[in-house]
Amino acid sequence: MELFDCRAAFAATLLEIASADPRACVVLNDSISSSSAAEFMSRFPERTFDVGIAEQNMVGVAAGLANAGYVPFVCAASCFLTGRALEQIKVDVAYSRANVKLCGFSSGVAYGALGPTHHAIEDIAWMRAIPGLQIVVPADPAETSSAIRYASTTAEPCFIRINRLPVPKIFRNAAALVPGKAQQVRDGDDVTLVGLGMMTHRLMEAAELLAADGLQARVLNLSWLNPVDVDAIVRCSIETGRIVTAEDHVLAGGLGGAVSEVVAREYPVPVLALGIPNTFAPTGSPDEILEHFELDAASMAKRVAAWLGVARTRRDKW
Amino acid sequence: MGGADWETRAKARAIRSECLKTTHAAQLGHLGADFSALETLIVLYDRVLRFPNGDLSHPDRDRFVLSKGHAALAYYAVLSRLRERPVANISEFAKFGSALSGHPSNTKVKGIETSTGPLGHGLPFGVGAALAAKLEGSSRRIFVLVGDGELQEGSNWEAAMLAGSRQLDNLLTIVDRNRLQQGRGTELVNRLEPLTEKWRAFGWSVREVDGHDPEQLFDVLTSIPFKSGMPSCVVAHTTKGRGVSFMEGKAAWHHKVPSLGELDLALAELAEG
Repeated sequence: MELFDCRAAFAATLLEIASADPRACVVLNDSISSSSAAEFMSRFPERTFDVGIAEQNMVGVAAGLANAGYVPFVCAASCFLTGRALEQIKVDVAYSRANVKLCGFSSGVAYGALGPTHHAIEDIAWMRAIPGLQIVVPADPAETSSAIRYASTTAEPCFIRINRLPVPKIFRNAAALVPGKAQQVRDGDDVTLVGLGMMTHRLMEAAELLAADGLQARVLNLSWLNPVDVDAIVRCSIETGRIVTAEDHVLAGGLGGAVSEVVAREYPVPVLALGIPNTFAPTGSPDEILEHFELDAASMAKRVAAWLGVARTRRDKW
Repeated sequence: MGGADWETRAKARAIRSECLKTTHAAQLGHLGADFSALETLIVLYDRVLRFPNGDLSHPDRDRFVLSKGHAALAYYAVLSRLRERPVANISEFAKFGSALSGHPSNTKVKGIETSTGPLGHGLPFGVGAALAAKLEGSSRRIFVLVGDGELQEGSNWEAAMLAGSRQLDNLLTIVDRNRLQQGRGTELVNRLEPLTEKWRAFGWSVREVDGHDPEQLFDVLTSIPFKSGMPSCVVAHTTKGRGVSFMEGKAAWHHKVPSLGELDLALAELAEG
């Protein structure tokens, strides 16, 4: 299976946008290579603003550029962007409704053995709590491209969470993706597996393993967390009766939280949330850390199968 | 004293009275900061900032950011006296659903460039706005008014460093140097001095003025850039609570609300001129 780095799709799409739209610019925190911004910088040096290692200033500067009508794409490691500049994101961007695109790179545990200081496993929860900030976590290159294109056309502030772990292509046609809408990427009626970002293809692998055990799992790619596709979640609740969420993020306030809020409110069914429990990650490569938290395809399939057994028993008792 | 000078002083007296009454009615406000920054705000809006055709949203308008957003009431009072009247009724201050929050919001009041309140946000925004003006080749200028205590926030120095590095001579920072922050004197809490040297070290050209003297303010605010290729900084020496004797220089009046007796006393003092 051929794997792709979504940053390449991000960089290529942004170059296309910037070629056509002189308002598009990039704001960096000495993050040229980690955000794949080198080509942008060489083609559009006057629209590249590298503020150095200063995230609060980076986001404030972006808001000032937006005030003049520019469309700044702030490109920085998600851990620093969302953590260090949280108040600037809240006040200068969201509350002030500045047309700023916050692009958080190397999210989740992508920085692996660099350690928990560099992991962004809280960023979704932090961003979800900010009113009016659109949030998308693309699952593959086509969706990354689609999200960046959408962000460049809406006047609203957006947070785009981009991983650096390579993923296979899931979507053939970026143009067919509708912003704000979830996509059912595998059919099945026994359970719905909901993922986002680099977890979606892992869930598709887990679903194949479950199929070998005779369980038909549906897989829903829920890349948009604000707005969240309520209809898709409710439909899965009704049609499969059980939902599993999986994310490279802490369990508090992320995908599992977003889905559970909808399920509990609209159509309650049992939800199993897979993610990182209330702890920092041990030292290891991204794959080792994901395995440690049982977020690899085999572990997830095992946990889902076990949980479905329990859930079936419970349901029988009801 | 010139005519404009006399007008500014008369307007400042009227606005101080208005701020006192409004703060008392709302039972909320930051009078000390309002009075400290007031002459700067009046001179900027009456005589310095350029709004083509008087249009507060003209793309080539000068930008002003009140980084010390807690001086919102003085700012609203000044805005309410503009021809375009972005603030129609100051008595709405702090009322439920009002556009006039305790800190200014750009989505609620026309003419406000960005929402402020938490400190250390205005200068980074100003640097971005200055970079944008340079990129467009526009001659518009960017003015940021910061409190002195606010300079303890590191984000200011991130922005100051970049402004110096990028030689943003279309950017002016005014430091409202009243030497008091919320609780105590700035030098007791976390020393700012030598303040002018700090700005110079970051690549800024610095001047000092009496921040309550309209003519001095006008002269310095219309002399930018002080040096070509350098951002400009004005350290405006001010008095917190200026204009009401029992408030002047008292940290408590940062956000204290006057009693009815204090209100009457203050209004009488201002009426005497």
